[in-house]
Amino acid sequence: MARRRRTLAQQEARAGYALLSPTLIVVLFMVVLPILWTIVIAFQSLRLRNLRTRLFDFQFTLDNFQTVLTSPGFLEALKVTLIYSIVGTILSIALGLVAALVVRKPFKGRTLVRASMLLPYVAPVVAVTFVWQIMLNPELGIVNAIGTDVLGWKESIPFLEQRTGTISILGLDLKVPLALTVVILYQAWRYFPFSFLFILARLQALPGELDEAARVDGATPLQRFWHITFPQLQGVIALLTVLRFIWTFNEFDDIYLLTQGGAGTEVVSVRVFRYLTGRGDIGAAAALSLVLALLLVVLLVLYFRFFVNREEAKAI
Amino acid sequence: MSRTETGTGVAERPPAPKATARRPSRPRPPLSREIVETRILGVLKWVTIAFFLVATLFPFYYMVMLAVRTIEDLALDPGALWPPRGISLSAFGDVLRSPEDGGQGFLLFLRNSGMIALASVVLTLLVSILGSYAIARLQFFGRRQVNFLFLSVYLFPAILLAIPLFVFFTRIGLRGSLFGLVLVYASQIVPVTIHMLRNYFETVPESLEEAAALDGASRLTIIRKVSLPLAMPAIMATSLFVFMIAWNEFLFALLFLVENRQNWTVSLGLSQLAGSIEVAKTTLMAGSVILTVPIVILFFATERLLVEGLTAGAEKG
Repeated sequence: MARRRRTLAQQEARAGYALLSPTLIVVLFMVVLPILWTIVIAFQSLRLRNLRTRLFDFQFTLDNFQTVLTSPGFLEALKVTLIYSIVGTILSIALGLVAALVVRKPFKGRTLVRASMLLPYVAPVVAVTFVWQIMLNPELGIVNAIGTDVLGWKESIPFLEQRTGTISILGLDLKVPLALTVVILYQAWRYFPFSFLFILARLQALPGELDEAARVDGATPLQRFWHITFPQLQGVIALLTVLRFIWTFNEFDDIYLLTQGGAGTEVVSVRVFRYLTGRGDIGAAAALSLVLALLLVVLLVLYFRFFVNREEAKAI
Repeated sequence: MSRTETGTGVAERPPAPKATARRPSRPRPPLSREIVETRILGVLKWVTIAFFLVATLFPFYYMVMLAVRTIEDLALDPGALWPPRGISLSAFGDVLRSPEDGGQGFLLFLRNSGMIALASVVLTLLVSILGSYAIARLQFFGRRQVNFLFLSVYLFPAILLAIPLFVFFTRIGLRGSLFGLVLVYASQIVPVTIHMLRNYFETVPESLEEAAALDGASRLTIIRKVSLPLAMPAIMATSLFVFMIAWNEFLFALLFLVENRQNWTVSLGLSQLAGSIEVAKTTLMAGSVILTVPIVILFFATERLLVEGLTAGAEKG
């Protein structure tokens, strides 16, 4: 009997591996090996034009890392990447939270409102970045048209082409990184639906009894949110923080399409792309992308070490 | 989703104090913090909803509005909120016509995008249905680790993966082919779809499969005849998800196909169009509309299904 049971378990394991093998093959060949190969390339002096001859030339060198780490603008790109991903993550989750709270209770037309709020996220990135570009265009865009005609701006503002802008508040002139701010706002607009979706799903699964009990005890709506609802959302918010941070940190499409990395918005991934296509320096591109990935891992380790308590970690 | 909606609907009755305040027979209570907050938040809620609706919908409205205006009209009156001098559909013709007829050839790009997206759906589903079933149902060594491995793929930036794939496809001469791109898309999406489908397979009662097994059905027959029909909603949602990702994708299309105009996707065609100065912004918007409309239609038609599929398991927090 014991013998028979073991063979059944073996059979099941064999079936498991068989069914999983297509997945494993695809992921192994198209994801895992390429990642490992990137590490190799990062130590080779490989360029687009010597691809045919140098691909299997395994004379390892640290030149690529030296090139990318000491090149002018690297530290600036790092700073921009950090600001972009930290502020962008916080903004998109905050917006998602507010949006989820206002459509939490059923009302007429709620389904339509919810679907509309998801639009920025499902629409093609190329289309939405172009709409933003044209909206913000100095000559043809509606934002500058309204700004100069209605709000009394002295001249049009090239939002995506100008590195710094000045805001006057109470006689104080504050310098802000204009294009970067706009790109971050775009980021929040495009990706808040993702947070919205997950926070809403969590909100609707919350048991109503706690809230009801607090209401009976005389807790006001704001108190109930702060002491009852919000603590129950911390798990999903911690998860969203990690996911959004990873994706924003690695983001390429949006910034490349909006500004091509110009006017102080060059994040590291855009730099990688420049190395790859502009200079055809495959080795340097690989080295820089590895630096990017390593940095992300370090930041995530720090995040889990210092910001996430055990309860939230379980949820992730 | 509807289940949870009715659930909250019952629990969230209109707040009791408000009802008391309106009853005329009793003396009016002083403005308590509860009442003030409820009223202010009641107003703020609608203001916020309006703000979000304008913020999310206006860019799309603006896109359509510009697509039906002429460039001269736009230059005269860039601040108009509706087409001031009637609409013109000529920009769509310019974009869709083939280059031989003086257009931009988007009809061909539409076909390419559609084929790539459909092929990605088929390939991804084929692979991930088998894989997710195995992870959900079968006991084998390394089952948990596999799932973790798949998801950790997302730690790496797409641009990192793009480099070796670019080199590899250049070397074997598949760069520029639609097949290579489909392979890349499928491999990128499979980890997520496995995750989505696995969550669903776990909710399908195992007893049904056991009954079929007792009747002598083989594993593959059980998957095809029992599990798949039961998991149909999740499979539909997953298909839509894959279709949208593949349709919208830009970076790999740019890297792989840019030198081969015959194989351009709509996203790539549009981005290349933007690079040339002689193309009017209104034409660009017509192209954007053509790119966006299929996705938006698909999304609105299946929104509920898609949302449920994506957030399945998220309720657990």
